[in-house]
Amino acid sequence: MTGVLDILWLIPALPLLVSAILSLTPARVKGGAAPLSIGALGLGFLIACAALAEAVSDPGQVRAHNFTWFEFGSSAVKIGWVLDPLSALMLVMVTFVAGWIFVFSIGYMSHDENFTRFYCFLSLFTSAMLGVVMSNSLLMLFACWEVMGLASYLLIGFWHHRPSAAAAARKAFIYTRIGDIGFLLGMLWLYAETGTLLLYDNGAGCLEANALTQLAGAAISTGMAASTGIALLLFCGAIGKSGQIPLHVWLPDAMEGPTPVSALIHAATMVAAGVFLMARIHPLSTATASAKPIVTATAPANATAQSAQPAVRMEAAPKSQAHAEAAAKPTEAGGDSTSSPTLTLNVMAWVGALTALLASLVAVAQYDIKRILAYSTVSQLGFMFLGLATGGPAVGVFHLLTHAFFKALLFLGAGSVIHGCHEEQDIRRMGGLWRRMPATFGTYAVGMMALSGVPLLFSGFWSKDEILHSALAWSGSKWPFALGLVAAVATAFYMTRQMAYVFFGPHRGHPAMYEQGHRIPVTQPHESPMVMTLPLGVLAACAILLTVVGTPMWPWLHSVLSGHAPEVRREVSVGVLFAMLISILAAGTGFTAGWICYMRRRASGFNDGDPLQTRIPSIWRCLESRGWIDELYKMSFGIWTAAAGRFCDWLDRIVLGGGVRMIQNAALATAWMGRLWDEFFLNGGFARGCEQTRNSADRASLVQNGQIQRYLRILAGALALVALWIIWK
Amino acid sequence: MTFYLALSVLLFCVGLAGVLARRHAIMALIGIELMLNAANINFIAFWRHSSAADDLSGMFWMIFSVAIAAAEAAVGLALVILVFRHRRSVRLDELESLKG
Repeated sequence: MTGVLDILWLIPALPLLVSAILSLTPARVKGGAAPLSIGALGLGFLIACAALAEAVSDPGQVRAHNFTWFEFGSSAVKIGWVLDPLSALMLVMVTFVAGWIFVFSIGYMSHDENFTRFYCFLSLFTSAMLGVVMSNSLLMLFACWEVMGLASYLLIGFWHHRPSAAAAARKAFIYTRIGDIGFLLGMLWLYAETGTLLLYDNGAGCLEANALTQLAGAAISTGMAASTGIALLLFCGAIGKSGQIPLHVWLPDAMEGPTPVSALIHAATMVAAGVFLMARIHPLSTATASAKPIVTATAPANATAQSAQPAVRMEAAPKSQAHAEAAAKPTEAGGDSTSSPTLTLNVMAWVGALTALLASLVAVAQYDIKRILAYSTVSQLGFMFLGLATGGPAVGVFHLLTHAFFKALLFLGAGSVIHGCHEEQDIRRMGGLWRRMPATFGTYAVGMMALSGVPLLFSGFWSKDEILHSALAWSGSKWPFALGLVAAVATAFYMTRQMAYVFFGPHRGHPAMYEQGHRIPVTQPHESPMVMTLPLGVLAACAILLTVVGTPMWPWLHSVLSGHAPEVRREVSVGVLFAMLISILAAGTGFTAGWICYMRRRASGFNDGDPLQTRIPSIWRCLESRGWIDELYKMSFGIWTAAAGRFCDWLDRIVLGGGVRMIQNAALATAWMGRLWDEFFLNGGFARGCEQTRNSADRASLVQNGQIQRYLRILAGALALVALWIIWK
Repeated sequence: MTFYLALSVLLFCVGLAGVLARRHAIMALIGIELMLNAANINFIAFWRHSSAADDLSGMFWMIFSVAIAAAEAAVGLALVILVFRHRRSVRLDELESLKG
């Protein structure tokens, strides 16, 4: 049964190979790029499905394949890949969603002259993500993570002739790099503590029991356990990659790339990598000195409903026990082990909840269709981190998976709208599109309802409900739950607003253009071709069908991710029903408010102010300018960086440059002296010598007349002389 | 024995004289062939009158030598042809581009 594990490396290797081939293909050859990339991903999808089947057949087991990359001295650097339900699920999701995005791109990018280059980058990007997902070593994960950063830079700046796209690419690259420094430091620290970067290695990996106890026991000077410090540093990397506060600002700007890229970055790959990382190292962030790393689920009373969450085993351990243990080892643990959730989980929950709230509020006041979705992504990622922190990997990853489908759907839908409206992105210039683009409208509505959590039918409802439920049952603070709840209301609200602007009301595009005196030939918005609507349909179907794996009645995903065989539960506890009721109420509130504001009084012209703008102008201005966070960074870090740059410039010009010029002048003076000496003293003697040599050479060359027979005669004469000498002797 | 050696010396000297004196490249080549054959005669002669006349080593040496001479002649003629094509002449005294 090790068959699938042995060929697992093919999944990322195939797109990588395709990308290498395409990078060598001349730009004018356009035919092969799309079929090749999609074929590689399709093959990867099949392998991933086989891998999933194998992983699910025994969900508790972690299968890893490790090998030595290189050695220096006595220590060897090992890398490898891992097959467990988490990686298998991610592999299936990434290959599937990315595959449909690739199909969509055929239509969307058909007019672009760099079609082949686009697919080359897309393949590279997907390959890196697949590498992240299946790697069993933090080092390999980090390498793929960085490749992904590079590919995202290339893709966001794909239209690099636009200054804004180039700036956005640079911004994304730099902001994620800030987080990556944390990742790198955490990785080094981990290596220093445990001597390995392998995650699973038959008991010797850094996520397994021995290393975890060691890490949780090792305290640094401030009293924080090493595991906490490492997990927090790794979380920095996740913050950068997944666009959490305070590093979220790159993500909305990344909308400058082509829309399929936005779908890929915001749904299946890049931002998911951060959440995935935290899910992967979840044992590390829950490890405390007081809790044994492997404890069978001792679910507290208020979480019985979802007792299939052994992932919460450590932070949900009864308080009294934690106190007792902490008292037994007072020197080993600081403040974090006396309360139930570890410091890491606390930070994660707070960052996640704050991000979810702020981003969803900012999304309310945006006018760019893709920017709204971008802030929505930031907000949903916040939800995922909240779920990870409060409910364990299963909760966060379930939302990650459902979000991947419906957000890819929404982005592709937005791409279809933009394509149909001739590159118009401002929702104030749209309107009434439901009649002209029925397929896009239908699928977009599905994605919108999944995102905002319409009950029972859509996958987004179940995953978000689970997050809210586990946040409610969390043993830490209740505030993250409250923040998340408000964010859920805001989500439903801004999605209703977007639907109202884009698909309902009168079409506002072209009359406004006429007013401004544009001479653009008027063409009506049109439905996109089949190759673009088909992926929308498939993803919409998945957004609904994915419901079945995560309902409280049959928590298949949950069980599988926490290493149990799936089971069917007949009764549903009051706690779950209560949480469902709350989240239904939240979504309902959002919808109703959106309906009142936008559907009843539809905007009729481009310059009609937003209803909220007229009512609460000050808050609106703050939200519309995205909380002035960009400006804040510009005022704080930007100014200092610029000042440091100017200081370095001054240092360079005056101090260093002066020194260099002095040395230069000294060297010049020496060279002049040398030249004088050469010309007047050396040259005389040297020239005489040269002349002598030339003369003697002239005389010597008289013998050489070039005739072969002269040489032979000399040879024969010499031979005769030698012969005579031999005879005479 | 002495007769063979005398014949060989004569042949060698004739060949050497031809190589040294003739102006025509092909004639010089023929001289070289004569010198080679003089050497071959020496091979056979020393082999026949040595103590190891039973094995065929001398004969084989000679056959090798003839084969190599044939190859060398082929190369030499090819060179001559090329030189002729290049310079429209095969007179050795006109080939003096090696002059210092």
